[in-house]
Amino acid sequence: MSTLTYEYEPKTLSPQATKLRDMLVSYMKIVSRRLPDDVSKKLVELSKIEVDPLQELVYSTMKENQMLAEKLKRPSCQDTGVVQFFLKVGSNFPLLAELNDILTDTVVQVTKEAPLRHNAVQTFDEFNTGLNIGKGVPNIITEIDGDSDKLDMYVYLAGGGCSLPGIAKVLMPGEGYEGIVRFVMDQMTSYGINACPPLLVGIGVANSVEMAAMNSKLALMRRVDSVSPNANAAKMERLFEDGINYIGLGPQGLGGKKSVMGVNIVNTARHPSTIGVGLSLGCWSHRRGRIILDKDLNYELPLNKGVEL
Amino acid sequence: MREFHLKTPIKDEDIADIRIGDIVYLDGIIVTCRDVAHRRVVEEKRPLPVDVRGKAILHAGPIVRQKEDGSYEMVAVGPTTSSRMEKFEEQFVKETGVKLIVGKGGMGPGTERACKNYKALHLVYPAGNAVYAATKVERIIDAQWKDLGMPETLWVNQVRDFGPLIVSIDTNGDNLFEKNKVEFNRRKEEKIKEISKQVSFIK
Ligand code: SF4
Repeated sequence: MSTLTYEYEPKTLSPQATKLRDMLVSYMKIVSRRLPDDVSKKLVELSKIEVDPLQELVYSTMKENQMLAEKLKRPSCQDTGVVQFFLKVGSNFPLLAELNDILTDTVVQVTKEAPLRHNAVQTFDEFNTGLNIGKGVPNIITEIDGDSDKLDMYVYLAGGGCSLPGIAKVLMPGEGYEGIVRFVMDQMTSYGINACPPLLVGIGVANSVEMAAMNSKLALMRRVDSVSPNANAAKMERLFEDGINYIGLGPQGLGGKKSVMGVNIVNTARHPSTIGVGLSLGCWSHRRGRIILDKDLNYELPLNKGVEL
Repeated sequence: MREFHLKTPIKDEDIADIRIGDIVYLDGIIVTCRDVAHRRVVEEKRPLPVDVRGKAILHAGPIVRQKEDGSYEMVAVGPTTSSRMEKFEEQFVKETGVKLIVGKGGMGPGTERACKNYKALHLVYPAGNAVYAATKVERIIDAQWKDLGMPETLWVNQVRDFGPLIVSIDTNGDNLFEKNKVEFNRRKEEKIKEISKQVSFIK
């Protein structure tokens, strides 16, 4: 039996920070059981197309499950992932200095209350912390948004099944965008099939491996039906969407008419000698939330119409 | 797509006619059993502390809540990727006599051999539907190897109407996912050619 334990000393939070933490705990409980509006809408659309008995059975199970999760107030999928936060925060947001502590404590609290699964395993020492936090977990990825006083944050519960297919690589320019095509398509029929389709496919293009990987994850934060502002990238999104759908993974990879909820590409500039490409997948249970807060902690939840904290 | 209702203990003849693509609902005992438990049985040669002969295992790491009286409640349970257990499954079935292996996605040649030689089925539960599955768990009757943490503990569940379980490997060793994959790969190659022609953005 493992005797290793993870020490967590909660920091004393200011009253406003405590208020924010409590709001986020409430919101994350909702995120763990209720899919964002764009995803729910897409799943309804797909269920109307997948009408063979087996596919229909899977889609009706999914619908029933989401209703039960809401009714019983439980996480809709048992794999509540490693919690990831992607934030854009202005230097004048009053709680900037306390943000890391707030988010870490949010995860500890929500893990007890939701409850979320204990998914933080300390690497090399190889033990589960039992708190759902660990070294570098939750993942907190911060972008500074000038001198604004707002916080715009995504929270994502990244399950193991859909994290497993993640891959990134640097191609030579000679391989071109054609190289990206094979890179993405091959992963669909090998790993994608086990990532609980219908999938949200995130593709990142950049100069290097970590930038491409990060872009691909940020692509999963975009709505399922969103379109890249770049015309060529938008064209590639469309080609991939048609192409991957044509493979016909169907729900759970059991075969069907469709494979994806959407394909999103996020691109940044590259080095003349490299094309970095990354791929991240989101499963049908794409538990992504977004909260926008002003300096007084007035909030908006653009992905969850009608939800109040 | 035919529908079957099975009850543990399951005998060879109960599953002899069930084929890939059929649907099964289960009454009886299903035990969660995943990566480390398989490794312990197969590599470390430790006996599984739960008798699963004629019963079912579930590749899953659930969320379980301990109630005030010390008993456990299944909050959410659903399968994890079965292929991670492929390396161990043939030996595992041989050692334990388990009849149903429930998980997510396909498994490989070792499991095909096990299903054929020792008369077992691999089935998939549509993953992500963890609350639905949890409501089919009547009671958690035992928990073993708790040192592995919540996801990896062997949770022994008494279930009713647990399903839908879609048969992915049958007792002939036929494999639904491998069959599908051949077609998926053919279509994929077709599309790679087509898309590649339209993305020559570097001129
Ligand atoms: S891939 Fe998604 S839906 Fe499937 S088990 Fe993992 S978290 Fe749940």
